[in-house]
Amino acid sequence: MFYREAGQFKTSYKADQAMFPIFQDKIFVAIWLFIGFVVVPMLANEYMFRAIFIPVIIMALAAIGLNLLVGYCGQVSLGSGAFMAVGAYAAYNFMIRVPELNPLICFLLGGLSATAVGVIFGIPSLRIKGFYLAVATLALQFFTDWTFSRIDWFTNYTPSGSIAVRPVEMLGVVFDSPMKKYFLCLVFLVIFTIIGTNIVRGRIGRAWMATRDMDVAAEIIGIRPVFAKLSAFAVSSFFIGVAGALWAFVHLGSWEPLAFDINLSFSILFMVIIGGLGSIVGGMLGAAFITLLPLFLNQLPVWLGINISTAMISHLEFMIFGALIIFFLAVEPLGLARIWQITKEKLRLWPFPH
Amino acid sequence: MGFFVEVLISGLMAGVLYSLVALGFVLIFKASGVFNFAQGAMVLFAALTFVRLLDILKDTFAPITLALIITIAMMIMLAMAIERLVLRPLVNQPGISLFMATLGVAYFLDGFGQTLWGSDIYTLDIGIPRGSIFILESVFEGGVLVAKEDLVATVIAGILVVTLAIFFQRTRIGRALRAVADDHQAAQSIGIPLNYIWVIVWSVAGLVALVAGVIWGSKLGVQFSLSLIALKALPVLILGGFESVLGAIIGGLIIGSGEKLAEIYLGPYVGGGIEYWFAYMLALGFLMFRPQGLFGEVHIDRV
Repeated sequence: MFYREAGQFKTSYKADQAMFPIFQDKIFVAIWLFIGFVVVPMLANEYMFRAIFIPVIIMALAAIGLNLLVGYCGQVSLGSGAFMAVGAYAAYNFMIRVPELNPLICFLLGGLSATAVGVIFGIPSLRIKGFYLAVATLALQFFTDWTFSRIDWFTNYTPSGSIAVRPVEMLGVVFDSPMKKYFLCLVFLVIFTIIGTNIVRGRIGRAWMATRDMDVAAEIIGIRPVFAKLSAFAVSSFFIGVAGALWAFVHLGSWEPLAFDINLSFSILFMVIIGGLGSIVGGMLGAAFITLLPLFLNQLPVWLGINISTAMISHLEFMIFGALIIFFLAVEPLGLARIWQITKEKLRLWPFPH
Repeated sequence: MGFFVEVLISGLMAGVLYSLVALGFVLIFKASGVFNFAQGAMVLFAALTFVRLLDILKDTFAPITLALIITIAMMIMLAMAIERLVLRPLVNQPGISLFMATLGVAYFLDGFGQTLWGSDIYTLDIGIPRGSIFILESVFEGGVLVAKEDLVATVIAGILVVTLAIFFQRTRIGRALRAVADDHQAAQSIGIPLNYIWVIVWSVAGLVALVAGVIWGSKLGVQFSLSLIALKALPVLILGGFESVLGAIIGGLIIGSGEKLAEIYLGPYVGGGIEYWFAYMLALGFLMFRPQGLFGEVHIDRV
């Protein structure tokens, strides 16, 4: 009885097409925004911002971006770490080579550079399908790893190849404390979530989903595959590129090319799959799950009072992580977002039996 | 010219080693449609198990044989466990979920192998001759330098491929495997037990992983980086086609030689290290012309 649309009549097309047409959804989103902007900053300490909230939020942004490509358009990509790297390094280069530019604009330019790379590497998707495409996207991953570690121009000729940046300044605020950084990332996430949600329920999103479900059929009903696939690559890599710039500038502060290696690509894909393919909420849930799980596994022996060596902990962590992934896929192949959906359906009736 | 041939030959032999890993992928993809990312982890696990058992059993009468038998038994048990715990619960799930599950298996095996056997670098010596020899001295001045262990590896890989081909073409189980690869439902309807076939095919992939692990391990030492060999085998796989054993071999040869030649002749102009991505770019270029790989099956989509 708490979550149902009965009695909520729409009297205009505008109301019918609102982002959250159901009153309870509005309340729910408002509660989450309240928690994000008010409750968390009041309760969290510096460590929690740095280790939990900031990485989760940035990864959520990246996972939403990848979900647009994999979950909505059906093109599996293993190169999201590369797009993050392109975003980060492009933002860095814009920042040092054109110092007058506002960092905000540099971040967006970083995202646009990732878009350009994404469109170029999206072209093979017009010919190659399925796992062939997934492996082909690894080409981009290894190519960017190599580019940013071997071509010194991108790292501004720093001898070690690693880059350190000062806290960014936007709109007159220096984002140096963890709480300020948290707000910055949260604002980015909210804005991009709104953009993402509206893209996928519009014309472009429907074209993507038709392509995902069956590309030949989509082509026959008049969706241009070139447009659908390349636009998915473009939008997705823009999101991931901005997330990469945030990850580098706001979360890491100093980084080397290894920060964006293939493991990062895999974890983002894990977030998308565990969270739920084709769901914006899923991207966020998946990001939270995959980011927090290693932290939790790391702390577990300490809480249980078991004394084992760090090497052993990391091996066991690998094991448990792998086992949990398999367990999750077996129990709920549609991801955490599906659990959330089931909860909502249950809440329509609860506490009444019918 | 002699130098070119030398590079080419060393590339071809490296390619054979890539094919060995790619073979494991192909076997599993053919029989169960699963893109098994855990193949690299299986190589590491098999090699680790083998090298540690060799150490434990070194005082017995035939350490290599015993270690080999026990390792094979462990790989078969692993195949059964994967079938029971991973494949069966995920029957009828989309390919991407299964792929993710094998990534989970890869993480698990990496952790499990190192928890069980430790994470040091072990040297593996099973009597493969070392050093280099000169061949073709009559054709080129000074001959062509070839590493002996590469030659041995090539011979072993050749034997393995021929054995697999005979197994697939001539035996009862091989025919059942090919039937399953062609059509799951049709195979099941004529009474071929799918679960049993999966166990067999994962066991065979485990054996291939063991061979690859032993050869790579005696070349590089048995260590964690062995599991990254999977990443080297992937371009071979897409170049040759997911469904073709022959493709894995030819793809391996093309990738191996292309990679070495590019590193020697193109590398210096762009700063070196292009081995990392050249194979992928080569495969990507090929795919633009043949999207299903050289020998992959052409899928015809109908609406």
